[in-house]
Amino acid sequence: MITVSRRRFLKITGFGLGAAAAVSASEPLAKSAEYINAKTGKGKGIEKIPTTCDICFWKCGAIAYLKDGELWKIEGNPEDPLSNGRLCPRGTGGIGAHFDKDRLKSPLIRKNERGEDQWVAVTWDEALSYIAEKMNKIKAKYGPESVALFSHGIGGNFLKHTLKAYGSPNVAAPSFAQCRGPRDVGFELTFGEPVGSPERTDIENADCLVLIGSHLGENMHNTQVQEFSRFIENKGTLIVVDPRFSVAAGKAKYYLPIKPGTDTALILAWMNVIVSMGLYDKEYVEKYGFGFEQFSQLISLNTPEWAYIQTGIDPEIIRATAIEMAKNKPRTLVHPGRHTTWYGNDAQRSRAIALLNALLGSWGRKGGFFFPASLDIPNYPYPEYPHGERGKVDNPGKKYPFASETITTGIREATITGEPYPIKGWLVYATNLIQALPDREETIKAIQNLDLMVVVDVVPSEIAGWADVVLPEDTYLERFDDLSITPFKKPFISLRQPVISSPGDTKPNWWIARELAIKLGLGHYYPWTNIEEYFKKRLGAAGYSYDELKKKGILKGEETPIFFEDGIEPVFYTPSGKIEFYSPQLQAAGFSPVPEFEKPKENPPGYLRLIYGRSPVHTFSRTQSNHLLSDLYEENEVWVNTSVAMKYGYKSGDKIRLANTYGVKSEPVKVKVTERIRPDCVFLVHGFGQTSKMLKSTYKKGASDSLLLKNCSTDPLMGGTGLNNNFVTFEEA
Amino acid sequence: MSRLGMAIDTRKCVGCMDCVVACKTENNLPEGFDRDWITTEVSGSFPNLTMQIRTERCNHCSDTPCVSCCPTGASHIHDFGGVVLVDHDLCIGCKACVASCPYDARYIHPDGYADKCTFCIHRVENGEDPACVSVCPTYCMHFGDLDDPNSEVSKLVASRKSSVQHPAAGTKPNIFYLE
Repeated sequence: MITVSRRRFLKITGFGLGAAAAVSASEPLAKSAEYINAKTGKGKGIEKIPTTCDICFWKCGAIAYLKDGELWKIEGNPEDPLSNGRLCPRGTGGIGAHFDKDRLKSPLIRKNERGEDQWVAVTWDEALSYIAEKMNKIKAKYGPESVALFSHGIGGNFLKHTLKAYGSPNVAAPSFAQCRGPRDVGFELTFGEPVGSPERTDIENADCLVLIGSHLGENMHNTQVQEFSRFIENKGTLIVVDPRFSVAAGKAKYYLPIKPGTDTALILAWMNVIVSMGLYDKEYVEKYGFGFEQFSQLISLNTPEWAYIQTGIDPEIIRATAIEMAKNKPRTLVHPGRHTTWYGNDAQRSRAIALLNALLGSWGRKGGFFFPASLDIPNYPYPEYPHGERGKVDNPGKKYPFASETITTGIREATITGEPYPIKGWLVYATNLIQALPDREETIKAIQNLDLMVVVDVVPSEIAGWADVVLPEDTYLERFDDLSITPFKKPFISLRQPVISSPGDTKPNWWIARELAIKLGLGHYYPWTNIEEYFKKRLGAAGYSYDELKKKGILKGEETPIFFEDGIEPVFYTPSGKIEFYSPQLQAAGFSPVPEFEKPKENPPGYLRLIYGRSPVHTFSRTQSNHLLSDLYEENEVWVNTSVAMKYGYKSGDKIRLANTYGVKSEPVKVKVTERIRPDCVFLVHGFGQTSKMLKSTYKKGASDSLLLKNCSTDPLMGGTGLNNNFVTFEEA
Repeated sequence: MSRLGMAIDTRKCVGCMDCVVACKTENNLPEGFDRDWITTEVSGSFPNLTMQIRTERCNHCSDTPCVSCCPTGASHIHDFGGVVLVDHDLCIGCKACVASCPYDARYIHPDGYADKCTFCIHRVENGEDPACVSVCPTYCMHFGDLDDPNSEVSKLVASRKSSVQHPAAGTKPNIFYLE
């Protein structure tokens, strides 16, 4: 079974017609470059400008190259601790965002009904005046809290500032309740601190690495993949648990093809082996642990034989892998994952992962979890925000008692029901809620209840199609963003700065947020007129030079210890001040104080569980119209096990539709017949099957996993949505 | 004489295609065409599988059917490091070289000439690695002189188990895959 990634290459070399088509397709690129040249008047030769990537949220330091004034390529900044001079494929292809033929070119106001994608191009003044007038009406009628912001990434910082100045606390990102939320809550309940972003994992120094569903290498978080490679170079022991034979599984010493939804049973059994055989880090547990006796009693029945029934993993393999982990402690890293909203009970699974790490003594230790260092740059001294009487809308009565950030789906629910109070305006920054949230019809129902719906984005994403006003943002290559102060192994700041002009009437988000504030009568919240003044003030207050940052792209601080063994004081911000093996606060809230296994839903007859993941060349549903990246992976395929495909008579490349148990059908999608997945599930790369009519290059290419996610169970601890809980069958395309 | 080549560590490669896109931007390739690509080879049946991921390109062979068959001399071996290149001005786009290459490494550029990996000779002559090598986030690719026993590539090939693609074709390829 051999797959080659250059489908278009082969297709085009085979037919003269294809080659001719490719020539005409590249013409607008050249035109765009000429236009920019004329506009910017850039000189001859090579110019290098340091900046920060924004193709994902990792914020790698980069250097953009201009050749004769035209954007040529982008590379990693060797000074940057995240990229180490090497970007991931998305970052390397990032310049395609600038040349995207479908990108937004001017502000748009809706002409007909919401969602019909009929627009009138307007000026910035018209667009912002329209928004400000509607926002003032909402404030007068419902109060300022009735406008919410959904925002992803550092670019949203200034819009957040404007919204807080306006008087709303309702700011949410799908990165919590649809992504890393359960993990951060599980770790916080255990160690008193979240894992954070970038993850505080010391993969490169681990002697044993355990990946549970985390598909490093396909999931292309740059520094993690670089460290993963060093881990392989150092001949560390890799244990991979996944229903799909991932790229990482192909490098593992042990591959555990687990039944989906049973990870907690496996983790409990691992802990059972390590505790019952006395293999845990006794000194560490004794010194820092709380409630270990109660914990060890509660897991005493979770033997490998018990877990075998749940997971399908041979008890001897469970024992062998547990012993392997213990043998390498404390340099055994059980990776906490990132996208962890799977089954609706994920905070407890993440807590089990945290506890396994605690038994191995890896938290705070080299080859385990480090304590991130970051530079202390004071915030800009703004006037105080107004404090309304009404709190956040997303989690009334603390229904989800351990939610540590705002719940997107909670805001959506309040928008539909009007409870605990109405939400009448949505501002959406750089997050395609149509794909990011499950239960798409709920999202659309909420939008239909709004008096104002604004989307700020670079491309006409699917959510933009539902807006009243669409504001076109400069790509990251054309704008400044807020300072990036990333907590990591070494303290540093990086700057995103424009390297080329935008070919359209687009604006940077800081300008949009500031102009909107002025129109709302909140101009005093922006005492600066240009973002560079803002940088100078903040950096100057900390004794750093903006000019130096602008020139180098990265400023580094003094290195400080990041591990217990190097002198970090072991402090745990839990109620007991220790690592909570047994959690009194969970018990008091009516939850299991030690994680317990809950059986997952069984597949209905004739249905397979839908699981999904990442491609190394795309970020969510944001990059599919970037021609450099779509050239590498243009549409997703549904992975179907060979034996299942044989039963249905499918071969690779056949087109089918997926239908879930509620009768929702996907767009036609190609079958990928493979041995690399269990026969009881199918896999899709997330972000495809897009239906934005303005985003022509991606329109209906592949299938959307999120379209098929309905009635996802919700994590009772923190409100995360269980996104791997739907089942699909095959239908004719 | 030097003989430039690569040693690629397949244990580290994750098939992320960074090498493919770096080549596209470095060499300004037309949309839809690539000079390098990823091949994934899987054997066995679930869950007992083995998988090798390889980044592939022109092997810059020491015995070159693509050069021997070229009617105009466009396909040639460069003085520097034995790199196999195509002179675009001499190429008539007859596709003989495309057909002769056992690695399917060549394509006809929309401008009418045969095109393929150059080992980024414009970078290499300036002392830099090819774009694909210097971008790789897994550091799986090594580039250097295979005729120099002290080079990193020679040492890797000497010390690790490795293989070349299609050895039976007799082309003496200069890209080695470390296992």
